[in-house]
Amino acid sequence: MGKKINLTIDGKKIQAMEGDKILWAALENDIYIPHLCAMKEQQQSPFAGCRLCFIEIEGKPRPVAACTEPALEGMVVNTRSESIDRLVEAGFNLIMSNHHIDCKICAASGACELQKIAKERKIRLKPKKLVQLDRNLPKDHSKDCIIYDPNKCVLCGRCVTACRTEGTAVLGLAYRGFERMVTTFGDIPLGETDCSGCGSCANVCPAGALIETDN
Amino acid sequence: MSNKSTAAATAFEQLKQKAAGTWNTLRDKPLIMVGAATCGRAAGAQDITKVIRDELASRQIEATVIEVGCMGHCYAEPLVLIQKPDNPTICYGYVSEGLASMLVREFIAGDDPCIEFALAAMEVNDFIPTFEDFPRGMVEKKVVMQHCGIIDPENIDHYIANGGYEALAKAIDKSGEEVVSEIKTSGLRGRGGAGFPTGVKWETCRQFKEDVKYVICNADEGDPGAFMDRTLLESNPHQVLEGLALAAHAVGASKGYLYIRAEYPLAVERIKKAINQAEESGLLGESILGTDFNLTLEIFQGSGAFVCGEETALIASMEGEPGIPRHRPPFPAEAGLWGKPTVINNVKTLSYIPHIIRKGADWFRETGTPDSPGTAVFALAGKVINTGLVEVPMGVTLSQLVYDVGSGIDGGKQFKAVQIGGPSGGCLPESFLETAIDFDSLNQAGAMMGSGGMVVMDEDDCMVEIARYFLDFTQNESCGKCTFCRLGTKQMLEILERITKGEGALEDIDTLLNLAKNVKTGSLCNLGKTAPNPVLSTLKHFRNEYEAHITEGRCPSLMCLNLIAYYILPDKCERSCDACIGSCPVESIFSNEDRIKVVDQEKCVKCKSCMDACPPQYSAVVKLSPPELVQEKENDNG
Repeated sequence: MGKKINLTIDGKKIQAMEGDKILWAALENDIYIPHLCAMKEQQQSPFAGCRLCFIEIEGKPRPVAACTEPALEGMVVNTRSESIDRLVEAGFNLIMSNHHIDCKICAASGACELQKIAKERKIRLKPKKLVQLDRNLPKDHSKDCIIYDPNKCVLCGRCVTACRTEGTAVLGLAYRGFERMVTTFGDIPLGETDCSGCGSCANVCPAGALIETDN
Repeated sequence: MSNKSTAAATAFEQLKQKAAGTWNTLRDKPLIMVGAATCGRAAGAQDITKVIRDELASRQIEATVIEVGCMGHCYAEPLVLIQKPDNPTICYGYVSEGLASMLVREFIAGDDPCIEFALAAMEVNDFIPTFEDFPRGMVEKKVVMQHCGIIDPENIDHYIANGGYEALAKAIDKSGEEVVSEIKTSGLRGRGGAGFPTGVKWETCRQFKEDVKYVICNADEGDPGAFMDRTLLESNPHQVLEGLALAAHAVGASKGYLYIRAEYPLAVERIKKAINQAEESGLLGESILGTDFNLTLEIFQGSGAFVCGEETALIASMEGEPGIPRHRPPFPAEAGLWGKPTVINNVKTLSYIPHIIRKGADWFRETGTPDSPGTAVFALAGKVINTGLVEVPMGVTLSQLVYDVGSGIDGGKQFKAVQIGGPSGGCLPESFLETAIDFDSLNQAGAMMGSGGMVVMDEDDCMVEIARYFLDFTQNESCGKCTFCRLGTKQMLEILERITKGEGALEDIDTLLNLAKNVKTGSLCNLGKTAPNPVLSTLKHFRNEYEAHITEGRCPSLMCLNLIAYYILPDKCERSCDACIGSCPVESIFSNEDRIKVVDQEKCVKCKSCMDACPPQYSAVVKLSPPELVQEKENDNG
């Protein structure tokens, strides 16, 4: 059992386990920090790709990601400030400029992390000044129980981790830059892979890109 | 300890004597050295070597011909150095096959050194100036490039005879701690771009008590227009190996890798040979120089991803994972390759190490500035007259590099800016010409040292287009892991493309600035954190050019194709000449009733062929921006 430490987040004095990252210390004490890619079981080697969980630590000159920063005794953390809010909004806007928005018919609507962030931080879902960067990739309906829509994917990589730990490790991240995507080996449809249909990928997907159906 | 030290020193003394023998016998007969690094080969050095060999054979002259590396005078390639007993060593530039055979005929066989073709002499003499006598020579100070181009990179004896491996022999009897402390005192900063103190990196790695540690030479050079590392690897591979061996000794590693990009086949080949030779001489491998220090070196060929120059991505790629950076800390010095403490240093950084150990930290600090001691190697490219590699003390000014080393701007054009630090660097305008070149001054100026790429731009270069070019590069090379780099650079590129096409809006500039700032703060690794620099610096210094594109639809440098039109000045057109018509690939030029040539703007693809074809005495073809000016001109002419 690890030691407990004390720190302050947004003026609230909280306790956290030593070695935990600030993101988890905050979330477990009902302080919300926007995040998409973080998984607690991976916290010692965080993915740190979504770049939304920015916070300020007193004494540090620049904003840092809460998922990579360990909580330390006596630390004073702020999750909100003008500059943090701007940075988080900028990151969120970028993600939304590449997310196919169809909340009205999206099966994930209501349970969607993107909607949650928008609501918490009062950010519009559709960014104003950016162009929509749609890639118009085909949906994968090949598996009865899972629908994969890459145009909604935010590349948080959680499904890949889930598939490796709970499923049959058919999902991976491939290609680079703007072309990067969650896909299978050789880009074959899910239905032609060893996918067991366990649904663990859909369970962790924050953006409605992987949806479990009733079949 | 004292017995051991004698053993290593004795073993090295033997190597030195053998090397001196090889080196001295070179002087017995004429020696011809052909600069045959990749740059020389591209200019035809291998053909020159063959011509020289054939000419010598046909005349039955006894002479030694060796292929050497690059001295840095790439503009004058192919280069040939001739050392004939009783003569100074002379360097010839722009050597054609004809000149090569003439040199053999007149100088080797006869005794006319053909000084009218000499670039410079290598030693002071009475009739040919040396490189030091030229403005470039006065600025230049060679440390790591000292032996580049004048020793055979494939012969370890040449390196040893010139002081090579002496540092290793000296350090091997000292503790790793002493080596680390010497490097720390020297103030050497990493030459890969960020300028982190090398000694501190080593000390961090050294303090971890692990049996297995690694040292890695980062030779994944990828900046457009940069070729410093390639030249050092090809011209003096042993210098890098010795630096790596010293790093290994200092931190307590017995396994090292050289991460060389596969696009550098000659560098890979020469390093491979150098490793074999060093192992045969007992300078690498098991019990080096008879001591208990072991080091095996291996080459790892990178497959071309720019981001693999980032150290965590480099490690990932060596471990068989996609070359994608991860969050630091932990830094590789603590947990690097296979989770073990790992030191990763750039080729140039490692090349300085033997010199510092041999001559001491104080000697190193004599050159350069207090905070950036030593020299810097730059690949000078772009619109300067003399392009190539140059090593200068830290602290020289940009103008010295552009005008003294580069001999100024080609074609009498006006200097506009210098892009320094590659895709992560910035563009500095004329007002920064007196800026000193060192890590901190460049950072303050909004550029960065980077690994040493330097592109000079003149009045014909559009700064918006330059920003777009570099952003296109980083956007293509983004690994795609983090939001800001993957999507932020893409959004920025979209805006820049709109502006260069004349479709931008004034508010785009603000959006661009905001995106740039956020990408800089928000990105995971330094590729993303520095990617906006070309945009930020051009916006800061050349905002008027952005505005001209947006508000007037005009490209002030007449570079952006959508915003220019080719026009033939009627009063300059020579009528009876058809050069432009013949050159046009799309038949867009016709003769009007006065036989004056006219460009059909609908058909024109703006390839510039007509402008190049129009004889210089007429120079009738001009570019106009915005393109609507053509209509105005045509109306004026009735």
